[in-house]
Order: sequence, then structure tokens, then C-alpha cells
Amino acid sequence: MLGTANATAEPLELALYARDAGVAEGHAVAVCWPATGAQLAAAVRVARAHGRPFVVRGSGTGLAGGATPLGDPVVIVTTRLDRILEVDARSRVAWVEPGVLNLDLSRAVRHLGLHYAPDPSSQQACTIGGNVGTNAGGPHCLAYGVTSAHVLAVEVVLPDGEVALLGGLAPDEPGYDLRGCFVGSEGTMGAATRIAVRLTPDPPEVATMLCAFASVEDAAATVSETIASGVLPAALEMMDAPITRAVEDFVGAGYPRDAQAVLLVEVDGLPAGVAEQAAQVEAIARAHGATAVRTAADEAERALLWKGRKSAFGAIARIAPDYYLHDAVVPRTRLVEVLGEIARIAAAHRLLVMNVFHAGDGNLHPLIVFDGREPGTWQRVRAAGTAILEACLDAGGVLTGEHGVGVEKRDLMPRLFGPDDLDAQARLRDAFDPDGAANPMKVLPRGSRCGELQRVPEGTWI
Amino acid sequence: MDLTPLQEAVASARTVVAVGARTQWRIGEPVAPDAAVVRAPAGVVRHEPADMTVTVGAGTPFGDLDRVLAAAGQECPLDPADPRATVGGVLAAGLSGLRRLRLGPLRDLVLEVRVVLGDGRVVKGGGPTVKNVTGYDLPRLYVGSLGTLGVLAQVTLRCRPRPTVSRWCRAPEPPPAGTRPSAVLWDGERVQVCFEGVRADVDAQCRGLPEIDGPVLPAGAHRGRISVPPGAVRPLAASLAALRGLRWCAQLGVGTVHVATDDVPALVAAREAAHAHGGWLLCEQGAPGLPAFGRPLPNAALMRRVKDAFDPDGKFAPGRLPLAGAPAAGARA
Ligand SMILES: Cc1cc2nc3c(=O)[nH]c(=O)nc-3n(C[C@H](O)[C@H](O)[C@H](O)COP(=O)(O)OP(=O)(O)OC[C@H]3O[C@@H](n4cnc5c(N)ncnc54)[C@H](O)[C@@H]3O)c2cc1C
Repeated sequence: MLGTANATAEPLELALYARDAGVAEGHAVAVCWPATGAQLAAAVRVARAHGRPFVVRGSGTGLAGGATPLGDPVVIVTTRLDRILEVDARSRVAWVEPGVLNLDLSRAVRHLGLHYAPDPSSQQACTIGGNVGTNAGGPHCLAYGVTSAHVLAVEVVLPDGEVALLGGLAPDEPGYDLRGCFVGSEGTMGAATRIAVRLTPDPPEVATMLCAFASVEDAAATVSETIASGVLPAALEMMDAPITRAVEDFVGAGYPRDAQAVLLVEVDGLPAGVAEQAAQVEAIARAHGATAVRTAADEAERALLWKGRKSAFGAIARIAPDYYLHDAVVPRTRLVEVLGEIARIAAAHRLLVMNVFHAGDGNLHPLIVFDGREPGTWQRVRAAGTAILEACLDAGGVLTGEHGVGVEKRDLMPRLFGPDDLDAQARLRDAFDPDGAANPMKVLPRGSRCGELQRVPEGTWI
Repeated sequence: MDLTPLQEAVASARTVVAVGARTQWRIGEPVAPDAAVVRAPAGVVRHEPADMTVTVGAGTPFGDLDRVLAAAGQECPLDPADPRATVGGVLAAGLSGLRRLRLGPLRDLVLEVRVVLGDGRVVKGGGPTVKNVTGYDLPRLYVGSLGTLGVLAQVTLRCRPRPTVSRWCRAPEPPPAGTRPSAVLWDGERVQVCFEGVRADVDAQCRGLPEIDGPVLPAGAHRGRISVPPGAVRPLAASLAALRGLRWCAQLGVGTVHVATDDVPALVAAREAAHAHGGWLLCEQGAPGLPAFGRPLPNAALMRRVKDAFDPDGKFAPGRLPLAGAPAAGARA
């Protein structure tokens, strides 16, 4: 149906699709690259006809093992479905195929004074389909909302091979918000083949500020107070000293090397509001002992400040052989104490942890850097990771803010949800996928609903 | 918040309908008259001003919530037309307010839900933080579900800073690019526009425009709400303008068109126009006997499976949503 050029069962090629950017490893029986929505639907039907589950995959930059093939599935890769189908500048809507890269969409509409607001740090590499799968976030989601707030409609191939359009361009479609259910379902409710996204007008005025601090506590307290004071920044990102220095060495973004923490704060909107909010942020930062507050003088300086933030992971890759990136959310009032706790946990496990994260919405990304070749290190990394997540939950937080549950956090779900809660989620999933054919063994732990036995794959740390 | 009385009331009844303030009771098909009436508890459980979140009983009147938030310089833009509407009722009806253009739809405001299911169990979905992708998105599923998937008992909502100035003006035409209106209403002749923010920005955007007390929406015995893709509003407007006795007002950039009339046939004609432009007309008031939705719901078979998954005995709001297939009494234990 797809032709041999578009599908393979060669072991060497299959191995390339055994995992995503996370640590869990699985095994696919076949991989295919459909070039049209109809081919994608056909691939689902072929897999089902052969009694195989299927896993839809974008760029494989997911960090929770969402695209890791478990249960010997067929992997369906969307990277050839990469067309921007339609841009309606007047209605500010674009229809795209799922394999369109996030940043390519914003680039394609830039000349219209529009952009696609969700901007994950991986936006040069990840697909809009993958973003829909994980309900991806990014720095600018603080004011503008995560992926779900920007997806108006999704055409999906349901796990039985039927095609359905969920949501629509008209507001308040009657009936259940199936679109809302699908976004963030990590490939367990079917595969998106076409997506209608909202485009956002570029703000008339932007102020981007870099605030330096002599301690992580001062920076965190500035974040909490900024939110509490009623300022709603477009973005509010934090980096601690090790990250700041690594980034500075890597791209020379003009970050202060001697700071213990920096905040990258952006406010946007109309001129007077921007001026007022920028002044407020500066006053709060200074009241918390900011050692420097610098506002980007022009677009070039602004771009450089953001380049630093978005290169953080590339910078780490240069200095440590391995890293483990976590993702959890805590209430914004608890940042100071949770960051302190994370530092204590890292010290207790003799590990280096760095922090670069979406501070404005409390979305922590503790990054453990290590050398996995040293015996026993992986055990310590796992133990520290679990302790960090527990600390976040104890502070009233949740397991994941944007990377998803996948297989990584699947078995931690009972820490946040009771049996009845998990049962309800399992029922919702079953309504979409009664046979469990779409991305099996993900998101919900075994036994959420009289479940089948699920093996935890090698390499997961849970 | 003690949910046990609600749990017991739900568990012991054969069929159940959750009632708020009945301000949007006409939304959806009529519920079977013998369904037992239940009410969610009222009251603000927890407001975390520094985290911009609030947890309330779903029976809390919007006006009460708004007063609590206003005291802290915040708001939660549920924006029901009638402030007596309960939080749970607004969410279950799922109809966003006039400021959707700038503040987004209702469904983006809900962080966590606690719902009572048919056997009296309480199920939690979502989480208390402002960002969260842990598990499936039950909060969004419940927004607009019209009480057919269980009773919303308690919800956690996202708040935002209350604008220092909020002003409605009349204008000859929609505001130009570069402005940031919260709402633009157009009735074919006049524009009513809402600007919010700091005073200097609002003043600059309102320059030369006469201020008005607040928006005026079409009135009449029979009211409806049309939803079309935003780009279809102008062609639709041309059709509506030709209908005798129909008054209408569109939310530009959103695609919602409020219509009102004193004779039902005009509403029926407006519905036909909505269908011709790729949309819907939902009955909001009056129009006795007129079907609530006017067209089969999209993906009705999938919606039916969702309904059966959460309400296997067909206990909640029987009749409200016209879904394919028979009510699945006892379909799943
Ligand atoms: C350096 C780095 C930085 C990152 N920064 C961020 C960040 O700031 N914010 C953030 O949210 N994430 C971030 N991520 C994680 C990752 O980029 C996102 O999760 C992204 O959304 C994944 O997109 P992808 O195309 O790679 O999808 P994949 O990894 O291929 O798949 C992700 C999930 O989506 C499902 N999926 C893929 N395509 C479809 C489809 N068409 N229909 C239905 N389901 C589908 C898959 O089954 C899987 O469960 C980062 C990752 C890296 C490596």
C-alpha cells in the first residue's frame, strides 16, 4: 500500500526508532513514512489487519518515551507529512500537516506579522503533530497558553482506521470537546493527520530584560512576587549559575558569568502597559537584590538573549556526557523552597543538578548531568530523580508540565491520582481505542482498568 | 469541601439533573422531567492570590466568586451574561463570554475538576497547577458537557490580573490593526468595542470614541447563538440582514453571532443561514419546541462511547444531548 520505499523492517533501521530523546527503549516490527493523510490511515489499517498496535511518531524529540515502541508495534513516522496546507491571515488560522516543524510554521507566517505562539525549546526540531501529542509548552506559553489553547481542530485517524474531524473553526461546537481530549493524549487516541492552529499577531511592543542575582533564592523570590503583584509577563525564564556559564561559553549571549541566577523576563503588549510592567519587574528584582537589570536595546540584542536560553541543552551536551532532564510543576509560591530541596537532594546523591526552566508558571526542569560510564551512577541519577519528583508532589505540584507521562512517569501516576481517577481516564481512552491498539502501555499504569500485564522496559528509571 | 450530601443524592437517584441558577436552562434538549434535581455545593474553598488560582464549589454564583477575586485585584473571565449563574452551570453550558477575543475560551480556564459519577464516586481530573499535562484532559471534557457526564462538584480555575481600566465605546468601524480590543461587536451598522489595560493604553485606543455603559445585545422573546468560522461572519451577516424581524450582533474575530427575534420563523431562517455558512445556531431562550442544536452532533458515535464510558447507566441529564444510539442502560458495570 505504501510501497517498499516508504516502509522497512530492516533491523538496523528499526533500531533507529527504538526510542525517542528519553531513556526508555523499545522495539518496532516495522517503520513507515506515509506522505499523505490517506497513506497514514492505510498504515493504521494495515497494522491493525496484522494484529499489530501502532505508534505515531514525529521527530522523536519527546523526553518521556511517548514515541518509544512498546508491544511490538508498527511505527508511523510523520516527517514526510510536512506541508503547510493553508494560511488564512484574516482569520489567523493555518492548516498544517502533522510533520511540519514548529519553527517552520512561525517562519512561514512572519511576513504577515503573525506567529505560532507555543515555542518549545526544541522548536527547530519538533513537529506540530508531536506538539499536539504532548500538549507542548514553551517560554511564551506563560501568557499565551500551551498547545491546547492554539489548536482549533484536528483531523485524526482513530485507532480503528476511521477518519474524524475533532473540533472546528467555529467557536463552541456543541457536544463534547473531543479535540481537547485528543490534544496531549500522547498518541494513545489515534494519529493527527491535519491540524488547524491559531496564529497570534506579533505584539506591538516588547521589552526583554535580563536580571542577574547573587543567589537562586533572590531570583525565585522575584518570580513569585512578580506573579503575585499582578504582572503577567509574556515569558519568565530562570537559569542558575552552572547553566548560565555553560550557555555563555557556548553562544556568548551576554549573560553575566558571575551571577548565581539570571531571569529572562519579557513583557509585551501596548506601549504604556509594557513600560509599566517592565518598571514593575525591575523594581521587584531590585528589591530582591538584583545585581544587574538590563533591557535589550534592539531586536538583535533581544534575539541574542533568547538564543542563549534556547541553546541551553546544546551547551550542556558539550560539558557532560549524559544528562537527565526532568519536568515537574509546583505552585509558583513554592519555588524558593522546592529549588532548595532539589539542591539538597542532588548533594545527597553526589550529583550535579542545573536548573533552566519556565519559572513564571512554576514549570521546573531540574537537569542532572553525569557520566553514565561511572559504575553506579545511573542508580543514583534515578534515585535522585524520584526524590525530586516526590518533593514537587509534596509541595502541591504535578508530575509533568509539558513533556508528558509517556512511559517515563506512567508508574508514578498513582502518586497523583487515586484508583477511581485512573479508572475514569482509562475509560476515556477506551472510548477512543477500545482494543488498546494506539501506543499501548503508555500514560496509564497497569491495572488502571482491569489492565493487562505490562512489562517495564529496560532502561526506564522508574 | 464536603461532597458527601451530593454523592449520596446522586447515588440514590435513578436519573439526575444538576441545577445551578437556571440562567442557561434552555441550552440543550429538555431533560426528562422525572430526573432528580441535585445541586453542587457553593463557596470559595481556596483562593491563592499569589499563584493566581481559585478553587470553588461548582454551585458558587459567579458574582460571589467575582467579588472575592476583585478584592485581590484579580478576575476569572467566565463572563456569564447573568452574574447569578453558577460556576458549574457556566462551565457545563460551555459558552464563552464576550471578551473571548482577548481572553480565550472558557475551556482554557479550568485546571482541575472534581466530578460525582453515577455510583457516587468522586473523580478528580487535571491538577491544581497552572501548567499540567499529567494524564488525560478531563477538565476540557467536562466544559460544555451539559451535565451529561456527571455532576461538576468542585473546580480549580486560573485567575488573571484585573485590568486597571475596562471601557466600552461605540465606534463607526472595527478598531485598526495594532490595537488590542477585548471584544468587538458589530450589528451591521455600529460597532461596540471593549478596551482593557492600563489607562494610557485604553485612552489611546478609545481616542475620539464615545464611551457607553456596556454592551447592548439584541433582545427578543426568542434568542439564539450562531457559531461560524470567524471568516464567515460577514457573508453570514448579509444573509441575516435580509431576515425580517431578526436582530443580530456578531463578535468579530470570534465567530459568535447573537440573534434575537419575537417570531420563531425568523430564528429558524437564521439557523438555515448559519448552516449555509458552515455553522450552528444554538437556542438560548424561548423558541419552544425548536430543536436545541438543529443538526446532528458531529462525531456522535464517538461521543456516545464517551458518554457510555462515564455514565454507563444513562443517569445524567437524560435527553439533554441527542447522541447516536440508544441510551446504554447497564452497558457497562
Ligand atoms: C532539547 C530539548 C528541548 C525540549 N524543550 C521542550 C519545551 O520547551 N517544551 C516542551 O513541551 N517540550 C520540549 N521538549 C520535548 C519535545 O520536543 C516535545 O515533547 C515535542 O512536542 C515532541 O515533538 P516530536 O515531533 O519530537 O514528537 P515525538 O517525540 O515523535 O512524539 C511525542 C508524542 O506525540 C505523539 N505524536 C507524534 N505525532 C503525533 C501525531 N501526528 N498525532 C498524534 N500523536 C502524535 C507520539 O506518539 C508521542 O507520544 C524538548 C526536547 C528536547 C530534546
